[in-house]
Amino acid sequence: MTDATLTSQLTAGSRPSAFARNLAHFRYVMTSNPVTFLAFVLCAGMILVALFGPMLVPHDPLATLSDKALKPPSWDHWFGTDQLGRDVFSRVVVATRLDLLISVSAVAISFVCGAAMGACAGYWGGWFDKLSGRFLDTIMAFPLFVLAMGIVAAAGNTIQNIVIATAIINLPFYARVARAEVSIRRNAGYVQAARLSGNSELRILMFKILPNTLPPMMVQLSLNMGWAILNAAGLSFIGLGVRPPTAEWGIMVAEGANYIISGEWWLALFPGAALMLAVFTFNLLGDGLRDLVDPQRRT
Amino acid sequence: MTTQLHNPPLLSVTDLCVEFATRKGPVTAVRSVNLQIAKGETLGIVGESGSGKSVTSYAVMRILDRAGRIVSGGIEFGGMPLHNADEATMSDLRGREISMIFQNPRAALNPIRTVGKQIEDVLIRHAQTNHEMAKAKAIEALEHVRIRDAAQRYHAYPFELSGGMCQRVVIAIALACKPQLLIADEPTTGLDVTTQKAVMELVRDLTRSQGMSTLLITHDLGLAGEYCDRIVVMEKGEVVEQQDTRRLFVAPAHPYTRRLIRSTPHAAQSIRDLLPEDLRLPPPPAAPVVDMSVPLLEVRDLVKAFDPPGGFLQRLKMRGSSAALPMRAVDGISFSIARGESVGLVGESGCGKSTTSAMVMRLLDSTSGSIRFKGTELTTVPAAEFSRSPLRRELQMVFQDPHESLNPRATAAQSIADPLLRIEGMREAAAIRARVEQLAVQVGLQLELLDRLPHQLSGGQKARVGIARAIATKPELLILDEPTAALDVSVQAVVLNLLADLKAEFGMSYLFVSHDLEVVRLLCDRVIVMRAGSIVEEGATAQVLSAPKAEYTKELLSAIPRPAHLPRQVEAPVQVAQA
Repeated sequence: MTDATLTSQLTAGSRPSAFARNLAHFRYVMTSNPVTFLAFVLCAGMILVALFGPMLVPHDPLATLSDKALKPPSWDHWFGTDQLGRDVFSRVVVATRLDLLISVSAVAISFVCGAAMGACAGYWGGWFDKLSGRFLDTIMAFPLFVLAMGIVAAAGNTIQNIVIATAIINLPFYARVARAEVSIRRNAGYVQAARLSGNSELRILMFKILPNTLPPMMVQLSLNMGWAILNAAGLSFIGLGVRPPTAEWGIMVAEGANYIISGEWWLALFPGAALMLAVFTFNLLGDGLRDLVDPQRRT
Repeated sequence: MTTQLHNPPLLSVTDLCVEFATRKGPVTAVRSVNLQIAKGETLGIVGESGSGKSVTSYAVMRILDRAGRIVSGGIEFGGMPLHNADEATMSDLRGREISMIFQNPRAALNPIRTVGKQIEDVLIRHAQTNHEMAKAKAIEALEHVRIRDAAQRYHAYPFELSGGMCQRVVIAIALACKPQLLIADEPTTGLDVTTQKAVMELVRDLTRSQGMSTLLITHDLGLAGEYCDRIVVMEKGEVVEQQDTRRLFVAPAHPYTRRLIRSTPHAAQSIRDLLPEDLRLPPPPAAPVVDMSVPLLEVRDLVKAFDPPGGFLQRLKMRGSSAALPMRAVDGISFSIARGESVGLVGESGCGKSTTSAMVMRLLDSTSGSIRFKGTELTTVPAAEFSRSPLRRELQMVFQDPHESLNPRATAAQSIADPLLRIEGMREAAAIRARVEQLAVQVGLQLELLDRLPHQLSGGQKARVGIARAIATKPELLILDEPTAALDVSVQAVVLNLLADLKAEFGMSYLFVSHDLEVVRLLCDRVIVMRAGSIVEEGATAQVLSAPKAEYTKELLSAIPRPAHLPRQVEAPVQVAQA
């Protein structure tokens, strides 16, 4: 810990304008590519909705009003009401928090575990590399969604298990990227130099190599984020995962799907659109995130 | 060239300006360049990195990347304007009329196609042959570039061939359609001197016999001097001088040309001669007397064997054949370095010099043999645990590629501070910063550059950061692994002088690993020549270079491109030494 603070002091002391530089770099990445800018705006909007949405919604997402069931979008109910008379707009907004929470924590877990596993395999090789490689192959050999279904069905229908299942099926992607990126840098010049400077092997892996693998990992991260949302929604859609009456996009689409035939399209359309927007945002975010963490992009 | 008056030039470039769009607005890479190549002539463009020599050739081929564009000026090839030709015309011309050889032959070849097929592709693309005849023609092309067993090599993939062989294949592709102009962009950079000689002679013979014109782009004035009729010197996007080769060396007109000739090591007598006159430093303080009786480093019968590739089954299958035996990269070598001495370790790629230095540095475990440093046996501590050894601070290294050896995410200050934190155990930020600044001053690095990231520094600045990091713990033995191989000659001159001064100041010993005998001559007291893992010759530098005993050393020396017109001054001190 002391070393980390020391390094940061060294940086901070010598670069009073480090924050300003980062800000300038952020501004450059945003202005150089309008798509990236759009993605960051959408992402920020989604985070704000997740944080403050439940306080701002006009109706209680769980309150049922039987006299108002299945009303089309109107001034009172922007996205209409569902079969129990619940306000669809409020439910879509409130669901943002849960969906983001599931996907962010699932992706965070698989990022940390996958990166650690892949990095060790790529750096030291040997039996751990072989063992972890076959383990990942085993995961990849399953149809991933079916694997997630199996895990949730076996372990129980809780949010925690959805997160774990999503994390497990995403694990191989991070582990593979991390392994490849680490193994090409294992004997790079600056790594040899770090050995000569007296760094231990673990420290070299953690502080010299891993930060340099961030740019490709970031792309993977944001792509997987969209995927994780879809996965969580998919599990709920088939009845595994979040249980009604909790507001969640996947469940809402599943429940709404029954009513599309009878003409009540708004039940499934709006949560589906929210889901699509979220996936779209995270997929666009990838390039921008990579540009942000790539030192070569700085002038 | 008098022929120019009678013949219209094959290629003429007039007032060419090329701009690149960058984050900070347009940057002019080439400004008002004029040059002409007559039929059958070999023209050299010489310049340091960033001089615009490659950009000029890319503009001729119209293969500038998307950010670059020709702003003004004209390019005419055989009377045909190229600067505004459309892509269809250009792709017909490329390969058929104008061909190009690139710097890295391995990158220029498609790794998943056999070399024979790649030659066929070009022939068929330009309708030089049909599918039935293609194979025979491709084999003929391979024979043409003097590849032995061409019929077998036809089926080889690029990774199965050595660098020199790959470059021959690239040349075969370039010459397959008998173009009128060959553009060679640093064709031998990264190849060994003996390979360089073979490749350049091949290019010269083939282009002469076919009456082709050649545009040779190189940073090496010696190479251009030996193979070109005329030389264009470029600096910062402009042509500063355009002369006959002989006149350029005998009476260089432009100060930049004079500086370039100065910093080319063959002409220099001492290391100070490499620097421009106005930058001449006082001679280095007399080096402390080398005490030969107490060796600082003693290497005895050092061996490094690598297991043959492939898994257990493959090895079982190859049992008994020579391929199954471990490859001995370093095969029982012995040498010693005295305190304050600098020893050159010379050899071509694959001779084991880098493996030797990695073992001495304790980055790699040896198979057998002993390495004693100040009387302590080093091989007893495994390389993986040597970072905790108290001797770590005494053994440091400057790496070959200054860019690759710096962490892309760490500022110059952080890179230099790394050994201070880890080895010296310094903990106070202010003290570390002060020491880093002191080191920066010692290596001549401006303090405001300390907070930059590696890609924001020039090659020479990065080399200084690498040197500052290596001397941060005041090591007694510094291994210099081709420290100037990736640098321009003028920067090389400054860095070599810096190294000589630091050695005199701190009394360090150097093991200077290099393929460049001329640089070794200027910096080292003693030289060791290695080939295929063994030492073939060892002795005082002046003696080995002037009167080599081993055949291999003679071959190495004769392969160095040496323009006849460049005055060479090495003989003088040698005669004194012999007398």
